[in-house]
Amino acid sequence: MRVMAQMGMVMNLDKCIGCHTCSVTCKQAWTNRAGTEYVWFNNVETRPGQGYPRRYEDQDKWKGGWALNKHGKLVLKAGGRVKKLLGIFASPVQPELKDYYEPWTYDYKTLVDAPLGDDFPVARPKSLITGKDTKITWSANWDDDLGGSTENGHLDPIVEKVRRDSEDKIKFAYEQTFMFYLPRICEHCLNPSCMASCPSGAIYKRVEDGIVLVDQDKCRGWRQCVTGCPYKKIYFNHKTGKAEKCTFCYPRVEVGLPTVCSETCVGRLRYLGLFLYDADAVTGAASVTDPQELYDAQMDVLLDPNDPAVQAEARAQGIPEDWIDAARRSPVYALAKVYKVALPLHPEYRTMPMVWYVPPLSPVVDLLRDQGHDGEDAGNLFGAIDALRIPVEYLAELFTAGDADRVTAVLKKLAAMRSFMRGISLGNDPDDSIPEAVGMDSQTMYEMYRLMAIAKYEERYVIPKAHVEQAHDLEEMGCSLDFEGGPGMQDSAPFGEASGRPVPVAVETFNALRDRQTSGSAPGDTTLRGRVNLLNWDGTGAPTGLFPEKPPAGSAAAPPAAGERP
Amino acid sequence: MLASEAEPGSAVGISALDIVLWGVLPYVMVVVLVGGLVWRYKYDQFGWTTRSSQLYESRLLRIASPLFHFGLLAVIAGHFFGLVIPMAWTQAAGMSQDFYHFNALLVGGIAGVGTLGGILLLIYRRRTTGPVFMATTTNDKTMYVVLTAAIVFGLWTTLASVFEGEHGHNYRETVAPWFRSLFIFQPDLAAMAAAPFSFHLHTLMGMALFVIWPFTRLVHAFTAPFHYLFRPYIVYRSRDRDRDRDGSTTGPADARTSNVAARRGWSAVGTRDRDTRNR
Repeated sequence: MRVMAQMGMVMNLDKCIGCHTCSVTCKQAWTNRAGTEYVWFNNVETRPGQGYPRRYEDQDKWKGGWALNKHGKLVLKAGGRVKKLLGIFASPVQPELKDYYEPWTYDYKTLVDAPLGDDFPVARPKSLITGKDTKITWSANWDDDLGGSTENGHLDPIVEKVRRDSEDKIKFAYEQTFMFYLPRICEHCLNPSCMASCPSGAIYKRVEDGIVLVDQDKCRGWRQCVTGCPYKKIYFNHKTGKAEKCTFCYPRVEVGLPTVCSETCVGRLRYLGLFLYDADAVTGAASVTDPQELYDAQMDVLLDPNDPAVQAEARAQGIPEDWIDAARRSPVYALAKVYKVALPLHPEYRTMPMVWYVPPLSPVVDLLRDQGHDGEDAGNLFGAIDALRIPVEYLAELFTAGDADRVTAVLKKLAAMRSFMRGISLGNDPDDSIPEAVGMDSQTMYEMYRLMAIAKYEERYVIPKAHVEQAHDLEEMGCSLDFEGGPGMQDSAPFGEASGRPVPVAVETFNALRDRQTSGSAPGDTTLRGRVNLLNWDGTGAPTGLFPEKPPAGSAAAPPAAGERP
Repeated sequence: MLASEAEPGSAVGISALDIVLWGVLPYVMVVVLVGGLVWRYKYDQFGWTTRSSQLYESRLLRIASPLFHFGLLAVIAGHFFGLVIPMAWTQAAGMSQDFYHFNALLVGGIAGVGTLGGILLLIYRRRTTGPVFMATTTNDKTMYVVLTAAIVFGLWTTLASVFEGEHGHNYRETVAPWFRSLFIFQPDLAAMAAAPFSFHLHTLMGMALFVIWPFTRLVHAFTAPFHYLFRPYIVYRSRDRDRDRDGSTTGPADARTSNVAARRGWSAVGTRDRDTRNR
């Protein structure tokens, strides 16, 4: 047993209102640079829908993730090492910009600069790729709120599959049946196929917290990771020629702050915390034959942080005490393994994803309410979950590799909690039969309710800090990006865009400090260096430094020596 | 018995230009190439990339890029056979001169034409596909000129050896001995001087290509990821890399700050409009 710590996230989809605040704040924080216009580390998809990039879940086409070969051995779906290297000159399966969308801006200048005329000037959309006029035909959330689903709805790979399985008996009634939002970030998998696909070995998993990162210095732009990731959450920065991905906001997490997407989530649907897992068991768990058993295998990899044996092993592996403690208080562990209401996204990709989802009950509740039933009644809800095969099967394709029973069990737990707590709110005695119907006791159900409904900031985000003795590694983070006009900021450096070596902040700070220490006067005195602060000048006289010093009389007539500047 | 290797050269006088071109320039080229690569590797890891444009266009790339790259690999193998393996060896192995030449022309010709076709298609794609052309720097353009010239002149030498004279020129008696002599620091200038003009031109272009190599996107060739075949799939790395390398935690904290990674050469925050009118 090799115990390792992993930062994980759980999203409660019932609470997502599809406001895209997470996407926008993430973009502002991480991908508001040239070359990353189309890059959404966090995006919110409307389901049913095609997702971003379009139809990324169609692994027959995109070959993402892992598969089992004839001998039951885990191999990359896109091919082994030799095949990968042979295909390196033109990646055989690779999304193009048209599978994402062509980013654009508007020609706002004409609004101001247009000459006087009879017509109102318009701001035309301009492509950020070609700089030319463009027609906007798609975007990161073009099918938001089921927009265009009557035309494009059948293109959702899961709709396709569910329909095929039900032999076309179901017509396209999805948009009348249910809709929910699916926010997606990088899954920070335990068995990441992007990492396995990287020829350069530039993608790595951090030992301390399991966050998957791309070493921007080691990445050579072979772009195999884009193919490898079945979630298509690695993006190619077309300006720098390097792969970029969600960083789990590691600079924030290291100091105990939640990720930007979690922090700004309006619905407070995200939970952050630690998992302890057995790193030696990961490959075995990912190699389980039946895809529907991958969920159980993944559960077995996660270790119980309250188990003294696990704790002892964690200590032996050098996991700090406060991290073990954080793992015990972890809300994500509770939701995933204790209450078993959080499910991994597409376990059938065999990557052991570490961002989990509580499937949404609201489509069922809404439907009951719309039909005039009591949407809070346990009996009604249980019956409806059983009756509503379409949404359940759809959710099963997303979260359990098609195992509808598992999704049903989770939805019933959520329904039971809803019904159980309504009874309490109405002043009735707790109805113990409701939790029992879903295999829980009243106390556990109440605790689950506390965590899911009213948990405060500190309970939703249990993030142990990176250790003080490691703090020197964090020094550069605060000011690493905001050095406007500094070296390396130029758009096109001698060796291609954004090449060259920027001055490390540490060097600049060192120079500034040395200047101050060796200048021989008190700090603050010399900041103007002989210049004049015009804000303090009242207009009378000419303070020293306002004009350049005049040369001494007599030498003025003499011509400047050759090679000397006047 | 064939003429000795030095004999063709003895008929030709060695001029000062020959000394510069074939005695000095190769070593200057190596110094620039190796020095440039070391310097670039040290100081521009972030710029060391293929700068792939597959995201913009992949239909043409899918044909042109493998054609060019695989062709180039064959061409490199051909150069190895032609330049490094002495003629005496192939003859000792029972390979006749005619057979060798036929083979070299056939395989070399196919590889060369493939490479040339590949790069022409790539250049056509680069020029005609808007986004790809927008992403092309002056550096790229220079590189393409030199690279294409080297390929064209190389193909010319191959063709010339077919159509000129009876058996064409036997570069294994001129260029190859010179090439090998470079490694023992006794350049056989006379042998190289005796080679026809087309070979001179191709060699000079090749040296120019190697000189600019470290300063162009071509550097990606030097990090061809062969280690991928041997490395484990899952890469774990500590957040605290320096500590792992040193194996110690006792050093003063500020001594390590100089090792902290430099800020990346990402573009400035905010995306500037790509206004073609003002370019």
